[in-house]
Formats: sequence, structure tokens, C-alpha cells
Amino acid sequence: MKHIMLPIKKIQKETDRHVTVFFEYNLDFKPGQFVMLWHPRVDEKPFTISYHSEKEFAITIEAKGKFTKSVVKLKKGDKLGVRGPFGNGFKIKGEKVCVVAGGCGMAPVSPLIEELVKQKKEIIVIQGARNKGSLLFNGRFDNVKICTDDGTSGHKGFVTEVLSDVLNDGIDTVYTCGPEIMMKKVFEICEEKKVDCQASLERYMRCGFGICGACVCGKERVCVDGPVFDSKKLRKMEDFGKGALLKSGKEVDLSEYFSWRCK
Amino acid sequence: MKIKFLGKELKNPMVLASGVLGNGFEILQEVHSKGCGLVTMKSIGPKPKDGHNNPTVIEWEHGIINAVGLPTPGYKDMDSEWERLLKRDFPIIASIYGASVEEFVEVGKFVSSKNPDFIEINISCPNTKNEGMVFGVSADSSKEVVRAVKKVIGDIPLIAKLTPQAANIGEIAKSCESAGADAICAINTLGPGMIIDIESGKPVLEFKKGGVSGPAIKPIAVRCVYDIYENIKIPIIGMGGITTGEDAIEMMMAGATLIGMGSAVSYRGIDVFEKVWKEVQDWMKKHGYKDCKEIIGLAHK
Repeated sequence: MKHIMLPIKKIQKETDRHVTVFFEYNLDFKPGQFVMLWHPRVDEKPFTISYHSEKEFAITIEAKGKFTKSVVKLKKGDKLGVRGPFGNGFKIKGEKVCVVAGGCGMAPVSPLIEELVKQKKEIIVIQGARNKGSLLFNGRFDNVKICTDDGTSGHKGFVTEVLSDVLNDGIDTVYTCGPEIMMKKVFEICEEKKVDCQASLERYMRCGFGICGACVCGKERVCVDGPVFDSKKLRKMEDFGKGALLKSGKEVDLSEYFSWRCK
Repeated sequence: MKIKFLGKELKNPMVLASGVLGNGFEILQEVHSKGCGLVTMKSIGPKPKDGHNNPTVIEWEHGIINAVGLPTPGYKDMDSEWERLLKRDFPIIASIYGASVEEFVEVGKFVSSKNPDFIEINISCPNTKNEGMVFGVSADSSKEVVRAVKKVIGDIPLIAKLTPQAANIGEIAKSCESAGADAICAINTLGPGMIIDIESGKPVLEFKKGGVSGPAIKPIAVRCVYDIYENIKIPIIGMGGITTGEDAIEMMMAGATLIGMGSAVSYRGIDVFEKVWKEVQDWMKKHGYKDCKEIIGLAHK
């Protein structure tokens, strides 16, 4: 699959840290899949889709690394290359579901929430962020249970604290995306309560179609076997919540991986 | 049908090419369990190296082009992987590279202490500045690397991986054989090539140039293996554009004992090895062959 060069249709400010970049293109996509976004002569990185309709799609980014900082400087009409979509996406199942998102993890689950609404599932959304100002898509969805680290909005504390209560309420599937430490905890709570869980993982990627091996998490290739993994797979993935590979292929623990990724 | 190769028993003659998936014990084990007789680790270098920025691996109409740039943690920084690999129950090739004969020796010596079944010297990577192809395009420097590495790896069989860019690949293979190589692996990716995105007017690969693989290069790979077979007695691992059982048969007829695949994983999945091996066996049955040996080198008769 080659790149399609697409002009930026609109750049929308989301928070002090996040912007959403819209493209006018009918992307054949299902929630949870990702695209490789290419800024010629800068770099190419994987991004999940945060808005999707027949007319357009968008990615939401936080300007923290060299690549994202270069992208947020672009203007309407500037072109970016898109390859994809890649990966498996979320599997829609269950009747009463819960979506747990932390930080940027709200981006990939947003088209999922829209799909779940369309399919008339009973949904509870739990969203966590550092503070009120960094809450992504605040107001986009109704009845979101908000958690902030500093208590400036909603519950002061972690999404996992709210999840434990919610799961006593007959939830049959939990979808999660966010910091991996958070997702690991979400998964553990689901295991305890015997609820199916689907988590969307992130690893350093190169090809996006399963041959280079850069994103392997044990025997799973995150780009094609994931990025969404269900409980059955998560149980066997020793590196989930624990370790990842750097660009060199070196195995490191997650904290070292994420401090490198966020440079 | 089990295969004897340089004193080791393989469950079939299918090989995972270097640079594809080989990032860690678990994925190598997975590829082996999906029907691959022999799996190759990603090339291991002397020092930690990130490789190039993306885009590094791109599909085009007739294959794939890549300039990953030999990323490696460096042989000294792979303890936990070596630990798990030491307990493996499947055969591996450890691929190594260096920017000088001394570096090849340094890496080879250490890697041999971790007891891989085979060591492959990558003297043929087309997409780095100082490593790889510079050695593989000359008979003298190929010979020098083979001889030097062979001295420090004990009785582990040495495989020399060659580039189709050499003016006479048969002669290169011959000089590797004379220097002590136990097998030849051919071919590495072809090129370097380039793909330009005409909308942006920019080369797509960040490194601009990269090695070309996939179905488009198969006739060149078959010719290279044919030339090599004419010149040497040691076995050949044939690869380059193989995606089906019939491709594999063709490569065996050119002279390959084992058949390698890499890009095929993207066309037919991680279990492509199982699929192709079944297709090979079905073809042999249909044509009245009982043993791969009856086919290897058939085109030379």
C-alpha cells in the first residue's frame, strides 16, 4: 500500500496540548485501526483515527516529539502522506459495555463510542486526564465519568477506581486505550471481575504490515495482530504493561520505552 | 521429510530471511511453529544502532523496498534474549555485520559463545553507509571476512550472505568457499533502488535509497543461485522473491538446498512457510519426485 498525499482540510485546537488534523477523504476504516502518517523528509509515525465519517477523517496529536511538533506547524492545504488503515481494530461485542480512556487514548476510542451508540449498546465512558484543561474532546459525548489527577474536573483520582464500581453493574465488555500502566490495571480489574477486555497497544513501528518485527510484543505483532488485543491474548502477553523494544530492537522496561518515545 | 543441513536436522527446508521479524525469541519461536524449518535473527552489529527514520519499509506494485538501516541493540546488550535463546528447541541462524573485518570478528566471536546453530555474515546489505555491501561486491574482501570470522567461531557452520550487485556472484561465492564458508545464502535485497512520491516530489524512504525485494526480483535471484551452483560445492540457501511452492521448486532447480522467504510474509502471512512447503510437497508428489535432492540443481543437467 503506497502513501496517498492528502491536503490538510482543517486544524482544530482541542486543548493546550492537542490538535486535530482533518483530511477530506473517505477512509475505509473500522474503529481502533491506525494509519502511518508521513511528513516528507521528517518522519513517519502511526496514529489512530479520532474522527471518521464518509466525508472526512482526522487524527489527534499531542505536540511533544520532533515529528508531532513539525506537524502542528503545518497549515490548511499543506499535504501529508497517509498509508493504511492498518491493524485489526476493536471487535464490537456485548450489550452493556464500558470504555475506559486515559489522556490521548480518548482519540482511538471516540469513533468506537460513535459506533457503539449507532449499534444501540448501553455504554459507560470513563475518561481520565491530568487536569480539566487536558481533557480531550470535553463535551463531545454525553454522560462521561471524568477523572482528573488534580480533581479540577470530576472524580479526583484514577479511572481504575471508578471502573471497579462500574463493573459491579453488569458490564460484559470493557474497551480501553491510554497509558499502558493504566490499561494493565484495567485488564487486571476485568480479570478479577471476569469481564472481557480489549486494549489498544502502542509500540515503535516501521512497516505497519507485519514483516519488519519492530513492534513485536512477545509473539504478537502489534501492527497486524493488534493494535487491539483481547483478554485471551493479553493473558499470554508477558510484555503487556512491562516491556517494549526501542528503535534499536533493545528490550527495555516500559518506563524507559515511554520516556524515549516522548522525546 | 526431514532435512539434514550442515550436520543439523531441520523439519523442512524453509528459512526465514534475515531482517524479517527476527526481533526476539518469542517471534522466532512463533515463525518456527508456523512451519519454518530454520529462522534467522535480525543482523547483530558491534554497537547499538537505531537504523534509519521512517519511512523505512514500503510496498510498491511489484514488491517491497526497505532501508531499515541495520538497527541492533549491539551484541553486548542482548542478555535477556540470549538467555531465552539458549533454552530454545528450534534451530537458528545468527546474522552478524560489521563495518570492518575487525568488527565482524568481534561480533562473530561473541555470538559464537551463545551457541547459534549457524552464523551468517551479512556482507551484502545495500542500505547503510559503511556496513555490508562494500565487502560483498569484492571477492578479496569477502574472502577476508569469511576467513577471519571462521577462525573465531569454532565449529559453528558459517554462511556467507551475498549481494546480487556483485559483478560476478559465482566468483564471490567461490572465494567464500575457498576461505572456509560452509554455505552460501543468496540473494540479499537488490539495489539500492528508489521510489519517488510524485505528489510531494520527494523520495519516499527517509534514507532515499533502499533494497528491493519481492516477486519482482525472483528472476535475478534464480540466475544468481544458478551461477553460484556452477561455481561451488557447498550448499546454497536460495532466496529472493519466493512466494509459492512453484517459486521454491524453481529455486531448487537453480541449485538451492534450502529456500528463504521474507517479503512473502506480507503477501501470505506468517504461516507462508507451512503453505509453501506443502505446495512443494504436493508438486513433487504430482511429478513423481520423492526427495528434494532429485530436484536440487536439476536445471544444470
